[in-house]
Amino acid sequence: MVMRVYSFVVYLFLYVPIGIIVLFSFNSGRHASEFVGLSSKWYGKALSNPFMMDALTSSLIIAFSAATLSSIMGTTAALALQRMRGPVRVIFDGLIYISIMIPGIVIGIATLVALVTVFDILNPVLAAIWPDDNRPPKLSLGYISVIAAHTLFTMSLVIVLVRARITGMDRTLIEASQDLYATPWQTFCQITLPQISPAILAGFLLSFTFSFDDFIISFFVAGANTTLPIYIFSSIRRGITPEVNAIGTMVLVVSLTLLIIAQVLLRSRENKSSRDN
Amino acid sequence: MTANSAHLQDADIEFHGVSKHFGDVKAVDNVSLSVARGSFFSFLGPSGCGKTTSLRLIAGFEQPTHGDVYIGGEAMIGVPPHKRPVNMVFQSYALFPHMSVADNIGYGLRQRSSKPSKTELRKQIDESLEMVRMSGYGNRRVWEMSGGQQQRVALARALINRPTVLLLDEPLAALDRKLRRDMQIELQTLQRDVGITFILVTHDQEEALSMSSNICIMRDGRIEQSGSPRELYDQPINRYVADFVGKTNFVAGSVTQINGQTVCMKTGNGRSFFGMKTAGSPELDVGARVSLAIRPELTVVGSKASNAEDLNTDTAFQGKIRNQIFLGEHTEYLIDVEEIGDVLVLSPKSIESASGGFDPGEYVTIGWKNDQAHVLKDS
Ligand SMILES: Nc1ncnc2c1ncn2[C@@H]1O[C@H](COP(=O)(O)OP(=O)(O)O)[C@@H](O)[C@H]1O
Ligand SMILES: [Mg+2]
Repeated sequence: MVMRVYSFVVYLFLYVPIGIIVLFSFNSGRHASEFVGLSSKWYGKALSNPFMMDALTSSLIIAFSAATLSSIMGTTAALALQRMRGPVRVIFDGLIYISIMIPGIVIGIATLVALVTVFDILNPVLAAIWPDDNRPPKLSLGYISVIAAHTLFTMSLVIVLVRARITGMDRTLIEASQDLYATPWQTFCQITLPQISPAILAGFLLSFTFSFDDFIISFFVAGANTTLPIYIFSSIRRGITPEVNAIGTMVLVVSLTLLIIAQVLLRSRENKSSRDN
Repeated sequence: MTANSAHLQDADIEFHGVSKHFGDVKAVDNVSLSVARGSFFSFLGPSGCGKTTSLRLIAGFEQPTHGDVYIGGEAMIGVPPHKRPVNMVFQSYALFPHMSVADNIGYGLRQRSSKPSKTELRKQIDESLEMVRMSGYGNRRVWEMSGGQQQRVALARALINRPTVLLLDEPLAALDRKLRRDMQIELQTLQRDVGITFILVTHDQEEALSMSSNICIMRDGRIEQSGSPRELYDQPINRYVADFVGKTNFVAGSVTQINGQTVCMKTGNGRSFFGMKTAGSPELDVGARVSLAIRPELTVVGSKASNAEDLNTDTAFQGKIRNQIFLGEHTEYLIDVEEIGDVLVLSPKSIESASGGFDPGEYVTIGWKNDQAHVLKDS
C-alpha cells in the first residue's frame, strides 16, 4: 500500500509538470499562472513567429543530417565489428557502450575544444594553400559542427541497435544466399540489409529525436546559430509564455511519436524472427 | 572406392586427403572418397562425427586445412561458395523470411549474370513448385508454411538451379515420423527423376539404408567404412559399423585361433564361438578383443526340446523368452540366453506358423550357422 502511494507520488512528480505545459499551451489567457479558457491561438502565434520558425528549420536540418550520417556510419561500423574477432572486438564494444554513457556536457566541451583546435590549425593552412585571390573559406562553429557532434554521439546508438539485430540474425540465411550464387554484394543488398533495416530505421529515428531535443551539446558547438531548444531556452529568460508551452508541446508530440515508431520497429522484428524459428 | 586414382570420369565429388581442424578438434581427418555421378550418397554417423563439416567443405563454407575437394574433376581450393556448382538444403531450411515462397525459389536464378526473363522465371518457379507438389503456394509467406512444406520449398529452391550435386544436411530431422517416411520416398523418387547426385547427411541409419545407393560411415572425423547399404550390412568391418547399421547381437571375447576365414574366439566365461572374418576387415591376431556378431534374422528359434540339427544350425543355446513383438511378416523375440545375455531374434512368418510361436516366459532353443556369424574387431 505504502509502495503504491509512493510510486503514485513519483509518477505525479514526473508527469504533472509535463501535463501542465501541455494544458497551459491551450490557455487562452496570456499569463502562465492562471487558466482562463481553451484556445489554440498560441500554436498559431508560435508557428508564425519567424525566429522560432528559423530555429525549428535549423533543428530539423541538423537532426535529419545527423541521423542520416549516424545511420550510415553506425551501420557500417556495426557490420565491421561483426566481422572482428577476439579482444579487439571486446574493446571496441566496450568503448561504444561507454560513449553512450558519457554525459552530454562532456561531449559538448570535448567537441568544442576539439573543433576549435582543429579550426585553429586548419584555417591558416587553408588560407595559405587557397589558390584564388578571393577570401579563403574560414572554418567556424555552425550547423556543420553541431551535425558532427550529434553524429558522433548518436552513432553509438545506431551501432548498438544494429549490432543486436545482426547478432540475432540467422547466419545460415547468408550462407544460403551464397550457396544460391549471390556474390557478397548481392547477399548484402538482398539478405543482410532487409534483415537489419528495421534496426537501422529505429536507429535513425532515435538519433533524430536525440539531435532534435538536444540542448547541451548544441549550446556548446552551435556558435552563433540557434536550434529550437536553444531558442526555447533564451526565450524562457524573458518569462514563460504560453507560446513556449505550445512549442514545448509540439516538440513533445514529435519526439514521442518518433520514439514509439522506433519501439514498434524493434519489437515487430523480434516477434517475427521468433516466429520464424 | 578407388579415390586415389585421380579424377574419376564418373565421380562428381572427390575428397583427396581432406582434413578440417577447428583448433584442436579434427572435425574431418584425412578423408578420401569419391561420389559417383547420379548416385544417392550418405554420410552416416553419430552427432559430432564431422558429417556437417564434410558437407560444408563441399559447399565451400569451410576451407580444408589439408587436402582438397574436387567437384566434377575440378579442384575447389579457394573457390567461394557462390561459384560452386552445388546447392544445399539446410537443416534449418534457411528460407528467406522477408520473401514469398516464389521469390525464395527464384532466388538462385535471379543472381545469375544472365538472368532469365520474367516470364521464363515464372515458368521455372511454377515447374519447381509442381515438382515438390506445392503448386499454388507461390505467393505465400514462408512462415505460413508447415515444417514439411518449408522442407519442400527449400528443396525446390535448390533444385531449380540444376546443380551438379545437391547437398542435404539432416533434411528430415525436424519432421515428424510419418512425414519423414513420406519425404524419404519422395526424395528418392525425386533423385531418380532429376538424375542429380544427392549427398545426404544423417544420423538415422534407417534413413541412410533406405535411401542411399552408397553410404560412408563416419566416426570422429574419419571414414570407418563405405559401400552400398548391402555391403555395410552383410560385411561390416568392425563392431562399430555393425552396431550402426541395422540391429546386431554381440558376444564379446578374444581370438584364440585363426584358420583361414574362420576365427575361433573365447568369451570371458570360457565358451568358444566360431565366426567368419569379413571382407576388408583389419587383420586379427590371436588375443585381440573381438565380438561375435549375429544378425537377428539369421538367428533361429525353436522349441526347448530341439537341438542344433533340428534347427539346421551349428550352435544351440537354451533361453527364455523375455519379450515378443508381432510385426506381421516377422515376430521379434527378445530372449535371455544364459551364456550370452539378451539376444534379439527375428523369426519369419513361415517358421512361426510351423512352430506355433512362443510366448513370454517360455523356454526355447536358439542357434545360428557359424558361417553367418562374424568375428569383428571391437574398435
Ligand atoms: N565452426 C566450428 N568451430 C569449432 N568447432 C566446430 C565448428 N564446426 C564444427 N565443429 C566441431 O567439429 C566436430 C564435427 O562437427 P559436425 O561436422 O557439425 O558434426 P556432425 O554434423 O556429424 O554432427 C564437432 O566436434 C564440432 O564441435
Ligand atoms: Mg550436423
